[in-house]
Amino acid sequence: MNSIIAVVLLSTGVLFNLLGCIGLIRLPDVYNRLQSATKCVTLGTCSILLGLLVMYGFNDIGVKALISIPLLFFSATVAAHALVRGAYLSGVKMDKRTVVDHYKAVRDGVAQSGNEKEGREEELYEVS
Amino acid sequence: MENALTILLYIQIGLCFFCLFRIVRGPTIADRMVGIDIFGILVVGICGILAIITDRMFIIDIGIAWIILSFVGTLTLAKYLEGRKLNE
Repeated sequence: MNSIIAVVLLSTGVLFNLLGCIGLIRLPDVYNRLQSATKCVTLGTCSILLGLLVMYGFNDIGVKALISIPLLFFSATVAAHALVRGAYLSGVKMDKRTVVDHYKAVRDGVAQSGNEKEGREEELYEVS
Repeated sequence: MENALTILLYIQIGLCFFCLFRIVRGPTIADRMVGIDIFGILVVGICGILAIITDRMFIIDIGIAWIILSFVGTLTLAKYLEGRKLNE
């Protein structure tokens, strides 16, 4: 019974990985590719490790799989976020069909208010 | 049971070739880095399935080490892509 549930979980994980990698090939833009691939592949690999836990129970191998689930979850999402920020700042163009770009407006607002803050900080340093 | 796991392992290895295709044919340098990142996560899944098939428990240790190394490597590549020096 445990092995059947484990094989179902493993199959679900490999199916998610397959869909994520098809998105990695087919989508038109680096941002779309990274969004599709990172979410699907992270969830699929977590499902594979959960299947490992179900098959072996709370042995040492199952507990190692259970430990590596949150490790993978946080590290993969943080790495993807840093990568997409680097891609945006290095000037990779978006696709022509892109509708909205909120990050540009946010960055412009931050730049303006940042200049004001720098001025205030200089005044503070002069006073002190 | 064994056949099903072997088929899943072969599918998972075939997915790595999708990532290699994206690394080879990426139009920009960010696409290649996305391919490297996804490749690192897929190898962890391969390690998990291989640990069940061969019934040896040290392979999952390789998976944990691969997660951490892939994380550090991707952060370094992202910092290089952003245009900053690596010793800041």
